[in-house]
Amino acid sequence: MTDRHRLLAVLGLLAALGPWASPAHAQLMVQITRGVTTPIPIAIVPFGAESLVPVDVAAVIDADLARSGRFEGLPRTGMLQHPTSATGLDLAQWRLLKTDFVVVGRVAPATGGYRVEFELYNVVTGERLLGYAVPAAADGLRLAAHRAADLIYEKILGVPGAFATRIAYVNVQGPITARRWRLVIADADGENAQVVLESHEPIMSPAWSPDGARLAYVSFEGKMSAVYVQTLATGARERVSARAGINGAPAFSPDGRRLALALSQADGNVDVFVLDLATRSMLRVTDDPAIDTEPNWAPDGLSLFFTSDRAGRPQIYRITLAPGERAKRVTFEGSYNARPRVAPDGKQLAIVTLDQGAYRIAVVDLATGRSRVLSGGHLDEGPSFAPNGQTVLYAARESGRGVLATVAVDSSVTSRISAVDGDVREPAWSPRIGSP
Amino acid sequence: MNRTLCIIVLLSLSLALAGCAGKKEAVKPGASPGETISSSAGTTSGAAGAQAGTAQALSGAGSAEAAALAKTAIYFDFDSSEIRPEFVATIAAHGRKLAGDHTLKVRLEGNTDERGSAEYNVALGERRAQAVKRALLLQGATEAELSTVSYGEERPVAAGHDEQAWAQNRRVDIVYLGAR
Repeated sequence: MTDRHRLLAVLGLLAALGPWASPAHAQLMVQITRGVTTPIPIAIVPFGAESLVPVDVAAVIDADLARSGRFEGLPRTGMLQHPTSATGLDLAQWRLLKTDFVVVGRVAPATGGYRVEFELYNVVTGERLLGYAVPAAADGLRLAAHRAADLIYEKILGVPGAFATRIAYVNVQGPITARRWRLVIADADGENAQVVLESHEPIMSPAWSPDGARLAYVSFEGKMSAVYVQTLATGARERVSARAGINGAPAFSPDGRRLALALSQADGNVDVFVLDLATRSMLRVTDDPAIDTEPNWAPDGLSLFFTSDRAGRPQIYRITLAPGERAKRVTFEGSYNARPRVAPDGKQLAIVTLDQGAYRIAVVDLATGRSRVLSGGHLDEGPSFAPNGQTVLYAARESGRGVLATVAVDSSVTSRISAVDGDVREPAWSPRIGSP
Repeated sequence: MNRTLCIIVLLSLSLALAGCAGKKEAVKPGASPGETISSSAGTTSGAAGAQAGTAQALSGAGSAEAAALAKTAIYFDFDSSEIRPEFVATIAAHGRKLAGDHTLKVRLEGNTDERGSAEYNVALGERRAQAVKRALLLQGATEAELSTVSYGEERPVAAGHDEQAWAQNRRVDIVYLGAR
């Protein structure tokens, strides 16, 4: 089968490039387009190391915090000393540099890799706020640095960071008559991009499993839509739905055992179904002559939000997964509300809405039903929450180019993520990677 | 803002007038998003198409038939799966061809413009493909000859990001398999 050939080709490519490879065509650039007006000043001092280590851990932490738009790192050239532990840390000096916090640390070799130790100090009070040792695999120093950034962010701001995460997206390249689709995963800072699947037919709708180990997606490689589930560590994949008609919009249940899908019948009518991945039994959730699609799970796994045009125009509905339950309409403002994604706390939805003639990202408060527009583009779509619920990632068009963008739920921070080459679409923010 | 409001008011007026005249197609391409109002009565359009097609065949020269068959794209209004009157003859010609040779295989590829949500657009593209399928069945094509697929907004033919490009991308391609 051509399926298998393509997959082998991609696996071969990955093997040839090695685990650190960043295929240039898939690389991303992240750029803050709006930050908070008074970011918190922090100094991440270069980490000490007995031998040469391949990653500048302090630089990765510094870049993460800067990318959040809520911190401003002290440039190294402005640092008067480079302490690597409490010894030699003269807080009075850092106070003069008008920094509020200082991070010192070191990287030491350990069995199977490294140990990253770091401490966070409040410069004003002199208090030691954090002291951590993060283990890192031989190729896991960047991940350890992202985890350290998560801990620092949480200690100072009171909400967990979302740096030790990945994003999945579709990169589309080539002229309109000879397009190539690549399903790519990259670290949230755009590094370490790896091609998961490459095809001359569309790839759509990547969705992470709750443990971040698998990706479900739609591929048209067989000249029709089919839903696949791929294990990222091995590359092994399974075609889980390939009925006649539409097989689309996969979403893993919070327990990772089921997949909500949009499937069409012979007459083309699309409804929402739930597939049990172990038994392969298919449960019909909606039965309506209108379009029912884009299901997404409530965090408790007991109900699904979805898009339906049963009232004439697309709106968001919610249905409890129990016999005899009827869908209840969730959105009432505006003529177009689609593609719900539930916030990790289950209290709000990110959606695509038609706002003054433009397609934009909004959040809907489920308690009040009120929605608030977050983005300012014209063709914004595909919202996805960061696992800490603080930021929404989405696809946008900028000067005709497909880019990704993020916006803080409080609107304070925005960023743009663009590919070196081609359009980027269909983003999905992963859960935290390997968190304990 | 004021202009948009003005357009909406004018549009509502024209819709109201169109409603009085008993017409369905009130909005032409060029309307901005969110202003088009349509019902998805594909079957009704298909039936109308069948009659119009037959009428033309009776009066028809062979060259007209060939010209109709040369057209393989059916275009749609925004967020609509209704077959526009100007495509009735094209669909009728393909329907007759399929009715005359049941060994033919055709894939109806539904597409949308890039606006809005990707998976919703897949469903909308399928609705368009099904509307064309129903019209072809009414002309005597058989189920076995016809398959549908929807690419949603994934396979545009026009690369632009304006109404001119969008109008070309809201389409169903009639693809004869093995004849590509």
